[in-house]
Amino acid sequence: MKTITIKYFAMFREQAGVGEETLELDVATAQDVYERTRDRHGSTEPTGHCKVAINDTMAEWTSSVKDGDVVLLFPPVAGG
Amino acid sequence: MAMWFCCFPLWPVADMFAISDKQIAVDELREQVMDPGSGGLCVFEGWVRNENEGRTVSRLEYEVYAPLAVIEGDAVIAEAKARFPFLAAICVHRSGLLAIGDCAVWVGVSAPHRDEAFKACRYIIDEIKVRLPIWKKEHYADGDSGWVNCERCANV
Repeated sequence: MKTITIKYFAMFREQAGVGEETLELDVATAQDVYERTRDRHGSTEPTGHCKVAINDTMAEWTSSVKDGDVVLLFPPVAGG
Repeated sequence: MAMWFCCFPLWPVADMFAISDKQIAVDELREQVMDPGSGGLCVFEGWVRNENEGRTVSRLEYEVYAPLAVIEGDAVIAEAKARFPFLAAICVHRSGLLAIGDCAVWVGVSAPHRDEAFKACRYIIDEIKVRLPIWKKEHYADGDSGWVNCERCANV
């Protein structure tokens, strides 16, 4: 198990009801974090439509996460 | 020392991306992107419009994760410069609540010739829309609201 802090944005944050939370998760990759928190962020989007950052650096869904990491889950973006 | 602070520019200097929670001062940005070597300036202004997909929009709200938006925005401008050598480029994107007609995003590129200016400006706005951690919530006239899913923007 790893202690992971997850930050939710936009619709993920509204659905989760919190901007961030720290959870004990059995995860290896960013994709795992997204899947394990699906009941919280409520997203049905495939990860290909979303983005992820780890410790304030843009990452891939295949990127590994380690104990203490901060994982930022970004729903589909819409700038401009 | 005091003078130095007085003269420090309010807006970013050329070749920079910024997030602003206040109205974008387009005249000031235009002056900042001017360069004596420029033969022209290409500007794109994105505005808040009163309609989207048949629904009447009353206002817009942008949520921005600024720490990464600025890093990614700077990267987009650097990529544009490598592809279409220009002299100066600035992009400012709004955060917070906006009214109809407000400027949501401003891109200005000055270059010796128009081709680089047009192409770089287009590249910057296209990438900004699909890469930066920015989310748009529409508030409708009927009181409803919803997040805009802009993934399709990547293909248009």
